Amino acid sequence: MAATDVTSTIGPAETHEIIGQAQVWRRAKKGVAIATVVSTWGSSPRAIGSQLVVNSDGAFLGSVSGGCIEGAVVTEALDVIEDGKPRMLDFGVTDAQAWEVGLACGGKVEVFVERVGQ
Amino acid sequence: MRSKTLDRLATLAQEKQPTARVVRISDGRETLVRPDRVEGDLDAPSDVIVAAREALRSDRSGMVPHGNERYFIHVHNPPRRMIIVGAVHISQPLVAMAREAGFDVTVIDPRGAFATVERFPDVTLMDDWPDDAMGALKLDTRTAVVTLTHDPKIDDPALAAAMHSPAFYIGALGSRKTHASRLIRLRDQGFDSRKLDRIHGPIGLNLGGRAPAEIAVSILAEALMTLHGGSVK
Repeated sequence: MAATDVTSTIGPAETHEIIGQAQVWRRAKKGVAIATVVSTWGSSPRAIGSQLVVNSDGAFLGSVSGGCIEGAVVTEALDVIEDGKPRMLDFGVTDAQAWEVGLACGGKVEVFVERVGQ
Repeated sequence: MRSKTLDRLATLAQEKQPTARVVRISDGRETLVRPDRVEGDLDAPSDVIVAAREALRSDRSGMVPHGNERYFIHVHNPPRRMIIVGAVHISQPLVAMAREAGFDVTVIDPRGAFATVERFPDVTLMDDWPDDAMGALKLDTRTAVVTLTHDPKIDDPALAAAMHSPAFYIGALGSRKTHASRLIRLRDQGFDSRKLDRIHGPIGLNLGGRAPAEIAVSILAEALMTLHGGSVK
């Protein structure tokens, strides 16, 4: 379970790496949130179940897209860590926008963000 | 997600226990659904639990609506494994294809000359007797066992160990006649029809091919069909 102190790595991470990192941050008394791709429509670069774990310092591990919606997800995750309320984020893009946000052919991604440790 | 759930997921993953985490989107309450039990404080509707078990079997996470609520089922499955007994000719293409299909592959052959790194690079090789080797491997519901040696001294103990385990697929190479005498031997060892019926013999879907790679395809196809609960259309 490779888990370093403060990493910010966009890239596919196995579920066990996400869980391991969340545990390390919890033990270090950091606030932690996990974002999960829960549904996709059209072509999406990351499969349902892909996750991003974020801590209260803004460090993160994993990915929920090709790298372009992570910024927005991390910002929301910090709010979730703050108030504890889970949120569903909806990223819908037209074909034209798709290029810019890295969703290959347009499509829709729903990302569920929840705090770890209620 | 509760810290308790996080730690539980880590433990279950370490123990290679298939687990689906079901979370209610409206409030983030959750429960862990396993093949034989449910843990957690969310009283999920029974058809959501049924869907979670189906998701474990098909290895597919997804969203399930129920009434006014939506539930996300996240599958945490241990890696699928294939234990191949016999470092024979068919094993070589089977190793390559099974790995491509996402299996962690282990080849067991007590005959040292067969299971060599040269013939099977980049794969876990064990030259123990199958019963010892398979005891150490702790076969689970995500494991397929394939016996290919044609030698009852090697295949039979492997099949016995597989039948004692919850392996999702057991296949044994050999003709109809070979398989019939194999079943008689195993019955004499005390295995009943319910256990013996778990063995796919002759192994593989009947694709008609005879070349090693063709037989490998038929074995892998049958294992995947069993894993996903599919059927020959």
